Amino acid sequence: MTRSFEQYLRPGVKATAFCPGCGHGILLHGILRAVDELGLDREKLLFVSGIGCAAWIPSPHILADTLHTLHGRAVAYATGAKLANPALTVIVVSGDGDLVSIGGNHLVHAARRGVDLTVICANNEIYGMTGGQAGPTTPVGAISATTPRGNPYPTFDLVKLVLGAGAAYVARYPVTQPRPMTDAIKKAIRTPGFAFVDVASPCPTQFGRRNRFEDVGALYDRTHDLVMPREEAAMRPPSELAGRLVVGEWTPEDLRLGAGIAHDGPGPGGPPC
Amino acid sequence: METLAELLPRAGGVFVQMEDEIASISAVIGASWTGAKAMTATSGPGFSLMMEALGYAVFTETPCVIVDVQRAGPCTGQATRVGGGDVMQCKWGMHGDVEIVALSPWSVQEMYDLSVRAFNIAERLRLPVFLMADEAVGHLHETAEFHERIAVEQRDRRKGLPPFGHPDPGGVPPMPCFGDGENLLVTGSTHDDRGYRKVEEPQVHARLVERLRQKVLLRRDELVDVERHMLDDAETVIVAYGFTARGALAAARELRGRGRKVGLLRLRTLWPFADKEVAALDGRARRVFVPEMNHGQVAGEVRKHFRGDVVGYGQTDGEVIPVATIVREVERIS
Repeated sequence: MTRSFEQYLRPGVKATAFCPGCGHGILLHGILRAVDELGLDREKLLFVSGIGCAAWIPSPHILADTLHTLHGRAVAYATGAKLANPALTVIVVSGDGDLVSIGGNHLVHAARRGVDLTVICANNEIYGMTGGQAGPTTPVGAISATTPRGNPYPTFDLVKLVLGAGAAYVARYPVTQPRPMTDAIKKAIRTPGFAFVDVASPCPTQFGRRNRFEDVGALYDRTHDLVMPREEAAMRPPSELAGRLVVGEWTPEDLRLGAGIAHDGPGPGGPPC
Repeated sequence: METLAELLPRAGGVFVQMEDEIASISAVIGASWTGAKAMTATSGPGFSLMMEALGYAVFTETPCVIVDVQRAGPCTGQATRVGGGDVMQCKWGMHGDVEIVALSPWSVQEMYDLSVRAFNIAERLRLPVFLMADEAVGHLHETAEFHERIAVEQRDRRKGLPPFGHPDPGGVPPMPCFGDGENLLVTGSTHDDRGYRKVEEPQVHARLVERLRQKVLLRRDELVDVERHMLDDAETVIVAYGFTARGALAAARELRGRGRKVGLLRLRTLWPFADKEVAALDGRARRVFVPEMNHGQVAGEVRKHFRGDVVGYGQTDGEVIPVATIVREVERIS
């Protein structure tokens, strides 16, 4: 991180909780760069997070108001804060397990209501901090602490889920594409209404080691290799999209057109919505 | 809540119906940190669902008001029938050791008056305050007087001071809010006086938990609120609260008419418990009778502080305790 971004870090926070090779540091940088490039009034900036590694991205690192809440409940806390003080720019940063599993109900209902929030999901496909248990984004067949013989269950496609629930803007990028990721965060913040960014952020410690990635580089190569732009995905049959990381931006208009939202789901899949 | 949905927006407030009770109390806490006075209301299972976030409110010192209209449990129980089984839950339902404030109304008038008091205590002490009503009070229709002016405690939002620490035992730090430019760091983990996580330092945790307890305990004299009826020469004292206290007062009057020296100590606060007021019954009163719509949740507390006989009477069938039952039971033990 360039030193000019140190002004956004809370004094006294010397080290992060992130493991070597964790993608969350790249995401932290992307969020700060987005805030900086948008020239947001930091006094009116509120970060809300839940529990888990990703919840530590804003708290305690970012020098702004931060509300570090309970497991899964960040979106509900953020809803109360935004409705009570609409002048605040409210950004939720949390993990896939937190936002989508325990907090899944809050996520879809906030999207439905169209509350003016930006929700950034640091998606590492596993429960990291609590010890590497499987979550609703863990790929089929992946080894985790609770799926020692491979995860038998299909994943949520977060783009489909949140767009279907009523979000005004949804994007997906991995930390291996930091510039589009940052631009998507900026767009999400500028979007009036509910905006969601699904950020693929590799977890070498809990996901990589169990799934036999030799080193951090190999895990990042996997993420990089899985990427497929939504425009390309729209031209491929569903069978070729299994397990792929379809990246891009989506709006409610895409639901109407019914194209380009197909993604991973090595399970039965189904037609693109 | 339906009434608030109608009235709050007209008064410049915000009403939102969240997806569940966990979300409701979470949104209340988020709203409170922007400086708003925030509340929610629930009953039975919804109250159970709120417990984790209520612990968060205690630990982050977030002012809020929770109305629990108690119904007959456990579980879904009798959804629209009366109960009083949440007395201990509001105090001990959260994991960890906490002190909270719980008020007990017996009328529509007190639903109004104690709501105001609940908000003022919550703002002054920075904690959740419980209005522990019951279904019978909740469904009452009776006259009540709404005041032109009410005393409203303003939150101490001074900037620059530690928002989570105070040098005095039981001290309440100021609470600047989101958007005030204080770069607040709010966490439900053990934290120092600036909000930094300090989860591995025993003294930080012990000091924080103790200050949060003493915020309530050191102020018990200003918080505890009882009403005394015919106690001066009472040999038998009924200790009652909520709707049951209405029947208890009628029973005490009827028993007086029959020549029995019976009085009523009505608890308008459940927590902190009226220990001194109960202990003060020692000497004159020979026995205490505690009718309640649970199996002895307050009677057990009374036993800790009154040295004479304490007889509890628990009724948990979804009906209020009839006056005749209280008269009969008091005559039986006198």
